[in-house]
Amino acid sequence: MLSKWFDEWNRKNPTDIFGPAILVGAIGAAVLVAILLVTWGQPFATSSMQTGPRGTGMEVVEFNSDLDRPDPTIAGYYTEEVYLPQGNEPLARDIYQNVQVLGDLTEDNFNRVMNAITQWVSPEEGCAYCHGDADIEDYGNDDLYTKVVSRRMIEMTQAINEEWSGHVNAVKEVGVNCYTCHRGENVPSDIWFKVGTVNEAAAGWSAIQNRVTPISHSTSLPSDALETYLLEENQIVVHDLESRVAGGPASETDLLPSIQDTERTYSLMNYFSNSLGVNCLFCHNSRAFYSAAGEVTPQWSTASLGILMVQELNNGYLVPLKDTYPEERLGPVFADAPKVACRTCHKGYQQPLQGTNMIADWPELARTEAPVYDQ
Amino acid sequence: MAIREYQNIFTQVQVQGTPEWGMDDNGRMMRERIGRPRFSSLVGWFGNAQIGPIYLGWTGVVSLTTGILWLNIIGLNMLAQVGWDIPEFIRQFFWLALEPPSPKYGLSMPPLDDGGWYIIASFFLLVSVMTWWLRTYLLAAEHKMGKHVAWAFLAAIWLFLVLGLFRPILMGSWSEAVPYGIFPHLDWTTAFSIRYGNLYYNPFHALSIVFLYGSVLLFCMHGGTILAVTRYGGDRELEQIVDRGTATERAALFWRWTMGFNATMEGIHRWALWFAILTPITGGIGILLTGTVVDNWFIWAQEHNFAPIYDGAFGYEDYTTYEAFIGREN
Repeated sequence: MLSKWFDEWNRKNPTDIFGPAILVGAIGAAVLVAILLVTWGQPFATSSMQTGPRGTGMEVVEFNSDLDRPDPTIAGYYTEEVYLPQGNEPLARDIYQNVQVLGDLTEDNFNRVMNAITQWVSPEEGCAYCHGDADIEDYGNDDLYTKVVSRRMIEMTQAINEEWSGHVNAVKEVGVNCYTCHRGENVPSDIWFKVGTVNEAAAGWSAIQNRVTPISHSTSLPSDALETYLLEENQIVVHDLESRVAGGPASETDLLPSIQDTERTYSLMNYFSNSLGVNCLFCHNSRAFYSAAGEVTPQWSTASLGILMVQELNNGYLVPLKDTYPEERLGPVFADAPKVACRTCHKGYQQPLQGTNMIADWPELARTEAPVYDQ
Repeated sequence: MAIREYQNIFTQVQVQGTPEWGMDDNGRMMRERIGRPRFSSLVGWFGNAQIGPIYLGWTGVVSLTTGILWLNIIGLNMLAQVGWDIPEFIRQFFWLALEPPSPKYGLSMPPLDDGGWYIIASFFLLVSVMTWWLRTYLLAAEHKMGKHVAWAFLAAIWLFLVLGLFRPILMGSWSEAVPYGIFPHLDWTTAFSIRYGNLYYNPFHALSIVFLYGSVLLFCMHGGTILAVTRYGGDRELEQIVDRGTATERAALFWRWTMGFNATMEGIHRWALWFAILTPITGGIGILLTGTVVDNWFIWAQEHNFAPIYDGAFGYEDYTTYEAFIGREN
């Protein structure tokens, strides 16, 4: 194909063309990639949120593409401004039968709240979800369990906003209302039940871990962390606060936390991280997860309040409702009442609904006493 | 193509022919050698192409038997945990484990389903590992070799015994031992570090890491150097210890000119052996001190001016706000 003189010349002058070809190709590709990165930018760009003192590397990292996409449930949030009372209007408790909560509201505001609850909790079933097919005069009946439960949930919401303001309004006014957990669903997502032992033919420490379960977030960590800490209110212990401590994990007199306690705590903390879409460094300086010298961040304090809050919500409000629920609402293993934890509200975000103020329009749900309208 | 023999990742010289059986001075020594020797070109890429025979002996029989018992106790316990469901066993395999007893049993014998099988399996593993060690010692003696391999193996066994025997006894509880499972033993490792206030502040842990990474570095330097001078006969390392040739001269010059110091054909092997041996020896000391002598390594390190103490300037003003992070500032 090529001229004869060229083939001949080529044979007489053997040259390694692979070396230079690979070199030129590699350098050329590198230059091309560099040009693309400089002109088009990093395709997987991230942003970091500094969460601790300078130089400690404490930060939460997210892809910019994820940060640009707001929580989709924010768009579905229904809200309506208050009707400022003119004074001397009749109150809900005087107009309607059997109004045990929200009785201090004027009729307009009472119906405004009722409508909103429908939008937040049962947008498809409407009023009938709690009040049944009854005529409007019979709406005072407590025939349906949904109505009894929702009354208690209204009390719970008011208590959260009032008594746990340190958690739900820690950074700014955010608060909670029904939508924070329900997001338009009858039963909120990310509730949890006790699972007990997950392994057959095993007891004790062997029985409650090392299986893929939703409650362990598919890790081999213990599956009983939520019930141990957020229901039974056992002390969360990770390590000692002195360099040398007398006692041990099996000591009769000086019982110290065991590796098992730490591992169970790790399971709880893993749940925390996934629930808030953060890493350990959001709250902790990982050189010492809990330090006597007070190396804790404001986020850590907020989360600690959250632990106490969840314990009270579970034991004060949710567990006592067990006998009110029908069978299909109870847990699959122990037929226990549904319970809440971080993820029930947060749903993977640092602040539920990315910090949307849920009580701005709802002073009725923000406190246990009669609402204060100060607009 | 310009892939030259010494640049290949595989062994380039294979010997295949009449199998090498080993000596049989008195005519009775073949009885304990099991298996007909054969050749594999594939295996020859990585080492000697001849496979077998294997010397079994009483140590081999005891070690393999107890080792298989250990493995099967674990496997059957895992299988029982998933209700004897084979597909579930395969699906959950990386999650499953045979766990040590609950802490409440201390050093007593727990029920079989709460760590009892773990104790039995661990006993078999102990016998298996120790007879395998004896095997390395006795075979070295048979060959009139030094006992270097046996002592190096014993260094690893030291760490193994600290983790599973010495430390649990000192702590007064078998629950301190390491579970047998893929993910669960990693969970244990993390929990162990966190429980005792961050193991990175344990100086013996630090030493162990130094020797571990040092071993990797030395291994690479030595392997690379010898392969690089193989063309001058540098792979005949033992001869070159006493009869230094051009390969040794070049390798020595290369390192002396590079960093001012070079090992020798003999010395490099002492470096490698000691770095490798010191990895589990220092690591085992660190584990043994944890929870027995020191309960929080981070605070221990602060007390010994090894980790800094914050002066209270936490720099809150530099924290990013969530609103700025998600781009929802008003």
